[in-house]
Amino acid sequence: MAAAGGSGGCWFLALALGVSLLKCLLIPTYHSTDFEVHRNWLAITHNLPVSEWYYEATSEWTLDYPPFFAWFEYALSHVAKYFDQEMLVIQNLNYSSHATVFFQRLSVIFTDILFVYAARECCRCVNGKRPGKELLEKPMFVLAVLLLWNFGLLIVDHIHFQYNGFLFGLMLLSVARLFQKRHLEGALLFAVLLHFKHIYIYVAPAYCVYLLRSYCFTANKADGSLKWSSFSFLRITLLGLIVCLVSALSLGPFAVLGQLPQVISRLFPFKRGLCHAYWAPNFWALYNAVDKTLAVVGIKYKFLDPEKIPKASMTGGLVQEFQHTVLPSVTPLATLICTFISILPSVFCLWFKPQGPRGFLQCLILCALSSFMFGWHVHEKAILLAILPLSLLSVESPKHAGIYLILTTTGHFSLFPLLFTPPGKV
Amino acid sequence: MEKWSLMTITVLLGLIVRWMVSFGSYSGAGKPPMYGDYEAQRHWQEVTYNLPIKQWYFNTSDNNLQYWGLDYPPLTAYHSLLCAYVAKLINPDWIALHTSRGYESQPHKLFMRATVLIADLLVYIPAVILYCCYLKETSTKKKIASALCILLYPGLILIDYGHFHLGFALWGVLSLSYDWDLLGSLAFCLAINYKQMELYHSLPFFCYLLGKCFQKGLTGKGLVLLIKIAFTVVASFAICWLPFCTEVEQILQVLRRLFPIDRGLFEDKVANIWCSLNVLIKIKNVMSPQTQLKLSFAFTFLTLLPACIKLTLQPSLRGFKFAMISCALSFFLFSFQVHEKSILLVSIPVCLMLNEIPLMSTWFLLVSTFSLLPLLLKDGLLLAYVVTTLAFLTVCETSFSIFEKTSEEDLQLKSFSLSIRGYIPSFKAFPKIIKSLFIVSVTLMGILTLMSATLTPPQKLPDLFPVSVSVVSCLHFLFFLMYFNAVVLWDSRNGRNQKKIH
Repeated sequence: MAAAGGSGGCWFLALALGVSLLKCLLIPTYHSTDFEVHRNWLAITHNLPVSEWYYEATSEWTLDYPPFFAWFEYALSHVAKYFDQEMLVIQNLNYSSHATVFFQRLSVIFTDILFVYAARECCRCVNGKRPGKELLEKPMFVLAVLLLWNFGLLIVDHIHFQYNGFLFGLMLLSVARLFQKRHLEGALLFAVLLHFKHIYIYVAPAYCVYLLRSYCFTANKADGSLKWSSFSFLRITLLGLIVCLVSALSLGPFAVLGQLPQVISRLFPFKRGLCHAYWAPNFWALYNAVDKTLAVVGIKYKFLDPEKIPKASMTGGLVQEFQHTVLPSVTPLATLICTFISILPSVFCLWFKPQGPRGFLQCLILCALSSFMFGWHVHEKAILLAILPLSLLSVESPKHAGIYLILTTTGHFSLFPLLFTPPGKV
Repeated sequence: MEKWSLMTITVLLGLIVRWMVSFGSYSGAGKPPMYGDYEAQRHWQEVTYNLPIKQWYFNTSDNNLQYWGLDYPPLTAYHSLLCAYVAKLINPDWIALHTSRGYESQPHKLFMRATVLIADLLVYIPAVILYCCYLKETSTKKKIASALCILLYPGLILIDYGHFHLGFALWGVLSLSYDWDLLGSLAFCLAINYKQMELYHSLPFFCYLLGKCFQKGLTGKGLVLLIKIAFTVVASFAICWLPFCTEVEQILQVLRRLFPIDRGLFEDKVANIWCSLNVLIKIKNVMSPQTQLKLSFAFTFLTLLPACIKLTLQPSLRGFKFAMISCALSFFLFSFQVHEKSILLVSIPVCLMLNEIPLMSTWFLLVSTFSLLPLLLKDGLLLAYVVTTLAFLTVCETSFSIFEKTSEEDLQLKSFSLSIRGYIPSFKAFPKIIKSLFIVSVTLMGILTLMSATLTPPQKLPDLFPVSVSVVSCLHFLFFLMYFNAVVLWDSRNGRNQKKIH
């Protein structure tokens, strides 16, 4: 809508400002228990010494994100005290004064600046086959809209309340850096991201294989296959160094304190059960449904003994472990194997037929989708992990655009249970 | 991109913003015993559903006029009745006689918001879209941009009590721009019968149509047109007022409710001349009510007469729209018992001018929203106000590049400035003056907003901030009154030479 050509980044700024203003309007809406989770973490990191962060359990919402996120909350807590001191008291469970809500919501909107920057970088990497003269037809514009105004992210971050904005910003920035052939930066950003929120480990295989194959092996043979002699020890050392440094910075203090097992158990709570409180629409949801149907049919036709069936309900909205009745029970190891098998094809393609950054992106999306499908205790929010990178591909080819449309519609639809109140649903 | 897909996105955006603003507070939320306008609307549903028509406007034991009595014309009452029928289907408790006073709940809030949104969707938004789509001599981009800016006008979003009257008035303007005079008259009559404040626009409609009849010759086609229009007007009024036409007393009572002359020159703090003058001279003490009334009538008609006379002698659509603006503004500034919300009657015609004089229109619309600040603060809408105003400014700047269009030609003041230049040589620096004035004005409004929201006024002057807001707005409105009149009146010199722009 700006004057064609000359205004340059003007439309981008208008889009970013517009969506930020929209986010401000969402400040008084319903927020979920995740709001209390983050308030609790502000209190914990502000008041307690580092050695107690992963042991504190006054509230049921214990710290279960990696250390970098804990440090992030610590930094936020120093700003929080100017808004409302009371929110930093650990005992104030479910404290949500106006100042608290305002501060927390504002912090999400503010940290989204990183996401805006990452979106800008991604827009620069994208170029369509037919550069349209109309601003509205340029791939850059479409991608900016798809990323900045992504409604799934709006719902999860600004209504339900989470800090996914800047985390996805980090991920998209690392992807953009890999597109721009700045591999080390990309690797660094991803390593940092992993230590902010370990859910991104879903897509780590894509990064590992791509960096190994396309960065450590500096050249290909004439037919595009692997040239073993071009292996660069320097590069792999640098990569290894980056990963080790970041991990040391993050987990180092806890290793020194001997708290690593506790931290790991907090980060990977396998006791939480196969499915999240509200089922993520993945394979195990189908599996559970089939199991339940068979159980009902079995009882009706007297194949099964009603007394032997455990009473725990899977749809109760609670987080707990339990057993399947008819089909074999699923263990974490089983889900890991299923996930591993499902990502094998894409990873093999990335290794044997690398197609540069775009191939990497496709592999990343497939890894995200596979992990979503077969992972243990998957949140429905994890679908965003596949939707956002797919936006980059969808503006370049119609085939991907078609897939994107289906994925976003269903993905965003599946996020609806996160909105409790009727006004929010509209 | 196709025009209709873009238009759909624009409408969706407008709807989303409206819905999100409704997440916030509403007028009179949680404030017994009187609550606010929200409760008034609910009460009207209760009264119209439970009582017979004869009692709607009368003070009876069942209908206490002191508690939000009906003071709008019959169409509002019929609309409330319709909403009441829907409410009855969902939850009769909402409109139970007497017991539902002060009813507040989430589902009810959702219902009320939905009725407002549907009302807007059915009447106001289609009018805006059709108006923008059929603007002549503008590119598709500008049409979409105009539609977006109009739909994002903060004043209308923040005061969201169903804008049927503005929608009908807009349909009136739209019809007239197609020479469908009868349809236009009908639409405007419906608008008046919805809210009597639409009378602010009545003179321009009257003068324009009269001028058209004169043009066609009073002895031939003109007379036929005049008779047809007169018949349409009388018929529409008759249909709306039919249930009340059985007794003269009924009609008189309704009129008494619509025009409360005994209430005095002004109430509360309005961006009105009388209220601003009140700061210096206590008008209510100096003059008797009769004198006040006569004075306000005199000033009102003095200020709007030039534009109207010109419109009658040279009816053109452009003159018509400008006359709507200046007449409504004159009424707002000088009339009696003016409510702050009446500024919307001026804002809507100004919205129609957005693509012709972007800078002045945007400026006016910002000031009009600012003048509503005391009301918005009272209703807890500060956040929505700040966000929507910033969004509006951003969209206008991006779509129309208002900071670059400050020359005399862009402000339609070419002929005016040519005449003035002889007398005031410094007029040559016009673009820079206007730009600096605009920036100063916006900064001043921003500072006043901040002060009103954060500081507490001193003990001796408890109304300091609302009064300052009113006075500042009033000064701006006077400036705009002079500006719009200048554009209309000086337009005549080059009327035939200029190409016909809508």
